Amino acid sequence: MGFLDIKQATKSYGAVQVLHETDISIEEGEFLVLVGPSGCGKSTLLNMIAGLENITSGEIAIRGKSMNGVKPADRNIAMVFQSYALYPNMTVSGNISFGMEMHGIEKSEREKRISQVSDLLQIKHLLDRKPGQLSGGQRQRVAMGRALVREPDVFLFDEPLSNLDAKLRVDMRTEIKKLHQKLGTTIVYVTHDQIEALTLSTRIAVMFGGYVQQLGTPKEIYDNPANMFVAGFMGSPSMNLFPAKVVSENGQSAAEVSLANGTKASIPFATEELASDVGRDIILGIRPEAITDRDGADRNSQAVHIVEAPVEVTEPAGSDTFVVSQIGGKDVTGRFRADVAVNAGDTFPFAFNMEKAVAFDPQSENRIA
Amino acid sequence: MATTHAKSGNSIGRIVLYTLLVFFCIYYLLPLYVMLVNSLKPLSEITAGGMMALPQEWTIAPWLSAWSSAQVGVEATGLRPYFLNSIIMVVPAVALSTIVGALNGYVLTKWPFRGATILFGLLLFGCFIPFQMVLIPMARMLGLMGLAGSVPGLIFVHFVYGIGFSTLYFRNYYAAFPTELVRAAQIDGAGFFRIFWRILLPSSGPIAVVCIIWQFTNIWNDFLFGASFSDFDSQPMTVALNNLVQSSTGVKEYNVHFAGAIMAALPTLLVYIVAGRYFVRGLMAGSVKG
Repeated sequence: MGFLDIKQATKSYGAVQVLHETDISIEEGEFLVLVGPSGCGKSTLLNMIAGLENITSGEIAIRGKSMNGVKPADRNIAMVFQSYALYPNMTVSGNISFGMEMHGIEKSEREKRISQVSDLLQIKHLLDRKPGQLSGGQRQRVAMGRALVREPDVFLFDEPLSNLDAKLRVDMRTEIKKLHQKLGTTIVYVTHDQIEALTLSTRIAVMFGGYVQQLGTPKEIYDNPANMFVAGFMGSPSMNLFPAKVVSENGQSAAEVSLANGTKASIPFATEELASDVGRDIILGIRPEAITDRDGADRNSQAVHIVEAPVEVTEPAGSDTFVVSQIGGKDVTGRFRADVAVNAGDTFPFAFNMEKAVAFDPQSENRIA
Repeated sequence: MATTHAKSGNSIGRIVLYTLLVFFCIYYLLPLYVMLVNSLKPLSEITAGGMMALPQEWTIAPWLSAWSSAQVGVEATGLRPYFLNSIIMVVPAVALSTIVGALNGYVLTKWPFRGATILFGLLLFGCFIPFQMVLIPMARMLGLMGLAGSVPGLIFVHFVYGIGFSTLYFRNYYAAFPTELVRAAQIDGAGFFRIFWRILLPSSGPIAVVCIIWQFTNIWNDFLFGASFSDFDSQPMTVALNNLVQSSTGVKEYNVHFAGAIMAALPTLLVYIVAGRYFVRGLMAGSVKG
C-alpha cells in the first residue's frame, strides 16, 4: 500500500466513460506526472484525487484512508490551478492565508507561515499587492505559496506552467523541481507537455482515451514504450515509426525496409527475440538520436548498422542537423552532428543503432520486441 | 486644396449635426422645463395662459401643498405618506430580489444541477410574462397569505417579479467568473455561503449596481400592481399621484400636479445620477478586456 492509492477508479458521465479502471500507487515523496493529449482523462483523474469530481467506482485513498465522499477541504491536499485561480479581491497575503483561515488556524501562526513561505518563494515584497498587479510568473509563485502554506499530504498541479511564456516556463520548471527536492513532498502533476513530464517526474503515467497506457520511470517510458501511442507521444522529435518485415539473413533475424529509391535494405536486430516471427509485418520504432551519421553513432553499441539511404530534407537546428529520409513510406528523422556535410538529394550512410530499436504489432499497436 | 475643401465640407456637416442634436435635446427636455416652470408659479399665471413663460412670481407653495396638504383621494394629506409607502416598498423589494438573484446566479453557474438550464429558462420566461396576466392569480395568492392591500404584499409581488431579471443579470455575470476560483476556495475549505460572500460578492459591484438601478426604476415607477394590490393607506407614490391629478373636487391645481409629478420622478433620477457611471460600466463589463 502506498501513500496515495488509486484503486480501480473509474469516472463516467452518464453512458460516457471518460476514465477506465485505473490503478496507481504513489509512494511518499514521489513526483508523479499524468501526461497525455487533451481529453485523455488526466485532469479528471486529478480532480477526482482533489475531490472536485466524484468517483464513479473504485477507491482513492491517502495515507491508507479512503477519500471517497470526503470533501476537498478535508483531504489535506492543496492544488495549483492552470489559471492560478488567485482571489482577485484579496491581497497576496490574503490569498495565501485564506485557506489557513478557513481551517481555523490562529492569526499569529498564519503570519508566521506566510512569512516562511514568502521567504522560500521570494514573494515577500508582493504581499500587499492584488493579483491583478502581478506578472504571470509572480502569480504562479503566489499560487504555489498558497498551496505550500497548507503543508498538505499531497500537492496537485493542474498544468501550472501552460499559461507562461516559453522562457519563464523553463525557469519555473526548474524551480518546481528544486522545491520538490528541497521539501520532499508528494506531488501529482498534470501536463500535456511531454518534456515537462520527463524532466520533472520520478514516475510518469501516460494516458490516452481514458486508459493509463504506461506507468513507469521517465527512462522506462522513453526507452521501453509499451505501445505505439507512448512511443509516438513521448520525446521530441518523436520516435520514428515505420513499417518493416522480419526476415532471416545469414542466420540472423533482420528488419527489411523499403527505401525511397525503390531498393530494399535489411537491418539486423540486436537480439533474436523475433527469430520465430520471420515473414511477419511489424512497425519498427527508432528514436532520432539512434539514427545518426556514421561517426556520430553510439560507440558502446554492439549493433550499429549502416544503411545507404537517399536524403529527402535536412533541417539544421544549430546543435544538430535533422536529416529526413523516406523509409517504408514514412518520413524517418535522424539526428546528425551539425558539421556533417549532407545535402538533400544525396545518398548518404545512415547509422542505425539497433540496440535502441523496438518493434510493434501493426494491428494491436502493442510492443512485441 | 483638396484637404481644405474636405475640411470645410466636414465642418458644415458638423454644424448641421450639432444643430440637429441641440434641437432634439431641447425638444426632449421641453416637458421637464414645462413641469419645472409651472410648478414654481401660482395657478393664476397658468390659467392665464403662457405655459412656456417663466414665472412672474416665483413660489414654492405648490411644492409644499403637493407634499403635505393637497387632496389625495379622500384626505388632504399631500403625497408625503405615499412617498414613504413607496420607499418602504421599494427598498426591501430591491434588496430581496437582488440578493436572491445573486444567489440564483451563483447556484446556476457554479453549482449546476440536473434541470438547472430548464429552471433558468423558466425564470427567464417569467421576465416576459405580461403583468396583466398575473393580476388575478396574484390577488388570490395575496388574499390567501393575508397580505392583500398591504405594503408587505406589494413588496412580495415586486420581489417575486424581480427575481427573473436579477437572476438573468447575475447568472450571465457569474458565467464569466472563473470556476477555478470556486474550486480553489473549496479546496481551501470554504463552504457554499462562504465562497459566495468572500469570493463572488466582492467582485459583483458593477452587476449589482445595474440590477439595483433596474429594479429600483421598475418598482418605483410601477403603477399597475400598486393600483391593483393596495388599499388607501398602502398606495405607492405613482397611484397617489394619479389620485392627486384625478381628484375632481374644486379647481385643477396644475402647479401642484406638476410639483407632485416631479417629486414622483426624483428618486429614480437621483439613483441614475449617483450610480449612473457604474450602470454604464456594468453594462459594458466583460465586453472589453480591461
